[in-house]
Amino acid sequence: MGVEGIGARVVRKEDKRFITGKGRYVDDIKLLGMTHAHFIRSPHAHAKVKGIDSSAALKMPGVVAVLTGQQLVDDKVGNLICGWAITSKDGSPMKMGAWPAMAPETVRFVGQAVAVVIADSKNLARDAAEAVVVDYEELPAVADVHAAIKAGAPQLHPEAPGNQVYDWVIGDEGATDAAFAKAANVVKLDVTNNRLAPNAMEPRAAIADYDAAEEHFTLYTTSQNPHVARLVLSAFYNIAPEHKLRVIAPDVGGGFGSKIFIYPEEMVALWASKKVGRPVKWTGDRTEAFLTDAHGRDHVTHAEMAFDANNKITGFKVKTYANFGAYMSLFSSSVPTYLYATLLSGQYNIPAIHAEVIGVYTNTTPVDAYRGAGRPEASYLIERLMETAARQLKVDPAALRRANFITQFPHQTPVIMAYDTGDFNASLDAAMKAIDYAGFAARKAQAKSQGKLRGIGVSCYIEACGIAPSKAVGSLGAGVGLWESAEVRVNPVGTIEILTGSHSHGQGHETTFCQLVADRLGVPISQVSIVHGDTDKVQFGMGTYGSRSAAVGLTAILKAMEKVESKAKKIAAHALEASEADIVIENGEFKVTGTDKAIAFPMVALAAYTAHNLPDGMEPGLKESAFYDPTNFTFPAGTYICELEVDPGTGKTSFVNFVAADDFGRLINPMIVEGQVHGGLVQGIGQALLEHAIYDVNGQPVTASFMDYAMPRADDVPSFNLSHTTTLCPGNPLGIKGCGEAGAIGASAAVINAITDAIGKNNLEMPATPDRVWRTINAA
Amino acid sequence: MSTVKLTVNGKAVAVDVEDRTLLVHLLRDHLNLTGTHVGCDTSQCGACVVHMDGRAVKSCTMLAGQADGANVTTIEGIAKGDELHPMQAAFRDNHGLQCGYCTPGMIMSAIDIVHRYGGQLDEATVRHELEGNICRCTGYHNIVKAVLDAAGRMKVSQAAE
Amino acid sequence: MYQTTYHRASSVDEAASLFGKSSEAKFLSGGQTLLPVMKQRLASPSDVIDLGKIKELIGVEAAGDTLTIKAATPHYDVATSDVAKKAIPAVAYLASLIGDPAVRYRGTIGGSLANNDPAADYPAATLALGATIKTNKRSIAADDYFKGLFSTALEDGEIITAVSFPIPAKAGYAKFPHPASRFALTGVFVAQTKSGDVRVAVTGASQSGVMRVGAIEAALKANWSPLAIDSVNIPASGLLSDIHGSSDYRANLIKVMAQRAVAAAG
Repeated sequence: MGVEGIGARVVRKEDKRFITGKGRYVDDIKLLGMTHAHFIRSPHAHAKVKGIDSSAALKMPGVVAVLTGQQLVDDKVGNLICGWAITSKDGSPMKMGAWPAMAPETVRFVGQAVAVVIADSKNLARDAAEAVVVDYEELPAVADVHAAIKAGAPQLHPEAPGNQVYDWVIGDEGATDAAFAKAANVVKLDVTNNRLAPNAMEPRAAIADYDAAEEHFTLYTTSQNPHVARLVLSAFYNIAPEHKLRVIAPDVGGGFGSKIFIYPEEMVALWASKKVGRPVKWTGDRTEAFLTDAHGRDHVTHAEMAFDANNKITGFKVKTYANFGAYMSLFSSSVPTYLYATLLSGQYNIPAIHAEVIGVYTNTTPVDAYRGAGRPEASYLIERLMETAARQLKVDPAALRRANFITQFPHQTPVIMAYDTGDFNASLDAAMKAIDYAGFAARKAQAKSQGKLRGIGVSCYIEACGIAPSKAVGSLGAGVGLWESAEVRVNPVGTIEILTGSHSHGQGHETTFCQLVADRLGVPISQVSIVHGDTDKVQFGMGTYGSRSAAVGLTAILKAMEKVESKAKKIAAHALEASEADIVIENGEFKVTGTDKAIAFPMVALAAYTAHNLPDGMEPGLKESAFYDPTNFTFPAGTYICELEVDPGTGKTSFVNFVAADDFGRLINPMIVEGQVHGGLVQGIGQALLEHAIYDVNGQPVTASFMDYAMPRADDVPSFNLSHTTTLCPGNPLGIKGCGEAGAIGASAAVINAITDAIGKNNLEMPATPDRVWRTINAA
Repeated sequence: MSTVKLTVNGKAVAVDVEDRTLLVHLLRDHLNLTGTHVGCDTSQCGACVVHMDGRAVKSCTMLAGQADGANVTTIEGIAKGDELHPMQAAFRDNHGLQCGYCTPGMIMSAIDIVHRYGGQLDEATVRHELEGNICRCTGYHNIVKAVLDAAGRMKVSQAAE
Repeated sequence: MYQTTYHRASSVDEAASLFGKSSEAKFLSGGQTLLPVMKQRLASPSDVIDLGKIKELIGVEAAGDTLTIKAATPHYDVATSDVAKKAIPAVAYLASLIGDPAVRYRGTIGGSLANNDPAADYPAATLALGATIKTNKRSIAADDYFKGLFSTALEDGEIITAVSFPIPAKAGYAKFPHPASRFALTGVFVAQTKSGDVRVAVTGASQSGVMRVGAIEAALKANWSPLAIDSVNIPASGLLSDIHGSSDYRANLIKVMAQRAVAAAG
């Protein structure tokens, strides 16, 4: 593999700027003449906007403008869109309520913007915002999905009667009913998947700069996918044609899905910068992040699983209500459908599955893809059900899983997905060994003698990543293709620039992508740089989400590399007077195999550009590009086992051990992969124990700061014991499956299974706060 | 407006600011030291931690005026030229950062922890002492490793001095 | 934050005089509570008068049967003070649990008591130990000082200068932190005075701020042991209830934390 090649634990090239305070995030950027925006946001969950009086504010010092939603409408700025069309079971299209970037008439969640103040400084903008008088007429509001679908509930959108976004089904209902009719045992479970606030540590921010002479916009923004942002801003929001809009996503302080979407603030900043003729900067604060970053999860589900007399699963029925919040965010429609219900087979051989998903509007912050996006909800449901089944059927939970594992690949599930490869027994074995599963009973007894309740919980997850084959997602309603692009630019001196459509906001692309080049050409990674995050520099690309950057983005780089290598070999063969077929690449040299004839890679590059001695008909230069469209999803899978203790006096959970055995296919940099897993696991633990974005019955957010929303801190979580069991992904040449979301997908069920094992009661909702655990222990 | 005089990363500065200016904004907006970040509004996240007169403080929860006359060190001021501070090196070597946003505050808090505990650090202590710094990426595992690693390195480098 | 004028006082008298000259002034000690409130524009003092650098307000002293913590002493200095650790280890321990390390470097006992957050730690020690709050005008007994949520016996412009804690025979503190804010969801300070009296104060739990718990005091007076609290009934009425702790749960925590505090006290 070489010291810097594939599989090497190379320390990150990008770290130096971050550890020395030289990272460059959007809020670090200042432009000449820059103004500052402060949004005026609704304090009501549902209200009519009857009037906005900005006369007093306009007289305040430093105020440049106060702009309202009506002006946006007047200027024909488009409404926000949802880019994945879902069809209900009755054949009707999903019901999309209009979502203007600032509300001209009606606000539907607390925090929705109605106007913006543009001023010379952030403080002056905020001072003036308080002088803007908005006349609201409050309307009845609804925050809970079940309340929202009741007759007589407050209605959010005229387009969506009964507050229903869609009623979508997947699977074979008849076959599933038949399985239940013959079942020896049926296991039932009601599960709530708690709403999460993303909370990337860097709040969202945007700087828009309009150049009137060129009629050109530049947008610096906190985005995971600057090209998608440009496309949407251009094609749907009428900001500017694509060639007149440059989107730059510099260093971005975490995304987790929440920075995929194009938000009202970016649209308004662009529009406003043209209106006021100066750059406009907006930097959100944490409260705005809680109110306006698209939330995650929020499902209420009833599920039933049928078993035969041998404890084999024969059928699975699921009905899920998905809370969309007040509007359909950019990819929201796909999350509880194609990213959730298609994973309901888990790691198990289930002959018949039927799922119904009802999307519901409520007067809450919009919900969209977040750190796993649909797959955590699926995995949590299945793994809670398997645990519940084991308890009901009185069999060992690991054994029940093993008895139902899929062992033959490829495997077509009844819910679209075709698993290409895997070895679920291997990861279960590895995790059980790592945690000494066999010795648990003795440890539990020992803990009991010390007054502690000890539990163990297993979770065998599978996810679909490498998102996604364009043709497949197109047929399912996606508005875009989900391929990735790359360009490999070899400079005349042999240094290399890789232009990628992927975007790194913590994933370490600047290191791992270089490792591929080092692996293939034998050049040191210091000779390679990664260019990303700027639509003026990089060809159109799709960005980073869904654990796709290695499986899709890096494969695109590989494809471009292969073209570069092919041309370089021709040049080398010509220079060495050898046959192209005899040229091999070793340690940075192009060699004639079996001889000592060689030419160093920089000399090949130089030859390509001097063009003095190229093969006849060859174009000068050494630069190639590729677009890679995956042929299938990838299917990372693994087993997490958690051992913990509950303090019966307080209900507080303390971790004893947490092991993870993952199959991510080939690892480019195990150190970075492990880091991705650690972070995901803590998100899963956070959801299980701490995090919950709560609204009261009137739609008022209860958790809009870190004072109320419990973020996992260092002393809430354990260190982890990780291992890998590898089956190479056959769908891409590098054999990569992806690792970014696994922890968040698999960990929650392990934690809840362990707590419920410890306390001897099966029904416990997330987050399992000490209060809730204590109450469950003491319930009659 | 007031003139705040202080020493930042060894350099004496005088800055005219509104009295309502927070120390973090004096650093970021007036001195262009943008390594110190703002991640919350409630003094919880620790992205803004700097050292003031040798103590790790949250620069978002201090008026600039409170730092008048003080000696402030930010993330930009801990390396000696090209030589990284042992804590910076340990964060890099242990992959103790991902997106980098919480990292400056983490490093400044972590240096303070090692100063207070010397070599007497264990995992549980580090985790408890990092209570005031939130990270969303790393799951803390490698941050804790980095702090323990740096504690050893700092002891060695102190012994050498 | 709204516009304000910052003053740094060099003496208590100067601070009091500055206060008298301004319309809506607030004293600023460590600022770990006042500044977050001002940042959210929930307070708009015309002037803030910084007490943090007044030398006469900083220090920890023990004399005879009294531990005195001067008002502007940061929590960190109390937590690490050999004097405090020797005189009343439970007070030093309590100080070590406040906020987080960066907050402890800045936050002060005077600021904590003047603010009287219902979930702050210091009020529990102050009330349980029967401390005396000394101001620039008078001395106030702890029993007369706390007047409910964010409300105290301090008059407008009155400055806390020190808090004097009678050194008890035994004392202990146990805190169950709020999972998000790390304030006390419930914290219990137990003290047995040298004369054999028992005082128990609870923070974080009651709708009316820090409070004494007579039933636990009686039980402990009869038998200074965690077991003595087993049979005490703590009613949930009047206790706080929120997403992190129902009133039933807080009632339970009062007992459990009291038991752990007694165990810690020895």
